[in-house]
Amino acid sequence: MAKLITVEHLCRYYGKYCAVNDVSFTLAKGEVLGFLGPNGAGKTTTMQMLSGNLAPSSGQIKINGFDLLDQPNNAKRSLGYLPDTPPLYKDLSVQEFLYYCAQINGIPADSIAPAINNAKERCGLNDVSQRLIANLSKGFQQRVGIAQAILHNPDVIILDEPTVGLDPIQIREIRALIRELGQDHGVILSTHILSEVQESCSHVQIIHQGQLILSESIAGLNQTMDTGSLLVTTRLSPETSVLLAIPGVSSIENIAGNQLRIHYNVSGDPTRHIAETIIASGWGLLELTPVKKSMEDIFIALTRGSDS
Amino acid sequence: MSMILIIAGREFKTLFLSPLAWTVLAILQCILAYLFLTQVETFNLIQPKLAAIEGAPGLTDIVVTPLYGNAGIILLLVTPLLTMRLICEERRNKTLSLLLSAPISNADIIIGKYLGILGLLLLIVFLITLMPLSLLMGGELDIGKLFANLLALSLLAAAFSSAGLFMSTLAGHPTVAAMGTFGILLLLWILDWTTSMQDQRSELFEYLSILRHFQNIQSGLISSADVSYFLLFTATFIILSISTLNNERLQK
Repeated sequence: MAKLITVEHLCRYYGKYCAVNDVSFTLAKGEVLGFLGPNGAGKTTTMQMLSGNLAPSSGQIKINGFDLLDQPNNAKRSLGYLPDTPPLYKDLSVQEFLYYCAQINGIPADSIAPAINNAKERCGLNDVSQRLIANLSKGFQQRVGIAQAILHNPDVIILDEPTVGLDPIQIREIRALIRELGQDHGVILSTHILSEVQESCSHVQIIHQGQLILSESIAGLNQTMDTGSLLVTTRLSPETSVLLAIPGVSSIENIAGNQLRIHYNVSGDPTRHIAETIIASGWGLLELTPVKKSMEDIFIALTRGSDS
Repeated sequence: MSMILIIAGREFKTLFLSPLAWTVLAILQCILAYLFLTQVETFNLIQPKLAAIEGAPGLTDIVVTPLYGNAGIILLLVTPLLTMRLICEERRNKTLSLLLSAPISNADIIIGKYLGILGLLLLIVFLITLMPLSLLMGGELDIGKLFANLLALSLLAAAFSSAGLFMSTLAGHPTVAAMGTFGILLLLWILDWTTSMQDQRSELFEYLSILRHFQNIQSGLISSADVSYFLLFTATFIILSISTLNNERLQK
């Protein structure tokens, strides 16, 4: 399959500080690539370079086969970009703003109206299209930003933290929209929220201190993280040696009183076995919660792995 | 080319969305109308005396030339305020990336913005020209000289706005851009004051002075040297603006 984006050995220095160091990846049609990393990891810098807002110090970016530096206009024609702050002219109404965006993206005059209607439909902006952008809530402004990025039906859509500032319902809608867009476009999404990647992406890349430390499909990521943990509370204090003997359990931490944290390997999930053992021993099971792996856990696991 | 016009059109319309353009148009028209009327009054007073003198200055010399001269000074004050937001505001509001990630070249962005603001300034020049034209109802004007004044003021507006655009591309804050533009323009305006005060005249300073070229054209002597001074001035600042915008992608 033809690659929509090919990035080779991308580097970016700010003075002596290296923000992005030797990053290479590709994106194909139908993929939603999640770009994951803590603050200051180089996510936004990478996005800015991909969108042509920032020139790379070295390396090459090709969009749809066009080099971003040699043929910028051809490359940018197949690109829709939402920066971390949505680029909105607050003096304009939603309709006027989208019309201007359609014009500067070179949409032919006769297909501007259907393109705007389609984008408004997809982002739920029909009710506010005559209102001034300055008077809209942050969530709606974010949606206008997304509408602007998908307006000209680009092959590649780059969204920098698209769900920031949205309420939970809007977040769900936007995630659904991203999944939908991912079916016939290539989407790159940057975020620091792990669940967002797990919900809407097909591939994930983790960037840390400017370097890619993981580049995997979602299934692959789940396998890489083959440890999980359970939070267990009992009425009477249980004997840890008995629980440790259960196959799959790797270690047990005593948090407070009768509360334990049990670490295990995902390959042989011992949750059922643990529950049965506690009940059979009469310790009185009060709570058994699977602890979701946080971004931090994965991070610590990965950075530790790369250090050793 | 069409992209340039789209950006220029948007810029021009946006100016009228804020009260700024309306205020500037209203205040300029008010002040210049007052100056115009005082000149007409003066002419009325001294007309009988002038009639007795052979080769005395006519209506155009007494009313039109001072009007356009004053308009030039007022443009010097107003242009920095109009141009300060061109690129600077886009950068501050982070809307510049909308233009940078669209399939438009930097030259298109800069020239489009420039034409947008030039449109407003030419509108001001047009409104000023209506005043002397109204004299045609009751008197006669030297149309050639009026045209020379119109040309001089238009070229001046073109040069001023290009310098303003460049400062706006450079500065991080609109106020800084306005101060910078005002500084450059005022310096170039008064540059030949120093040469006239001293005995030795600096030809370089004399050439660089905007005022001298402006007055040359105003006097009705349209020489290619003066016209090309303004065209070179404008082109230089536009090219500088484009290269500044190009550099922004490289360094930050």
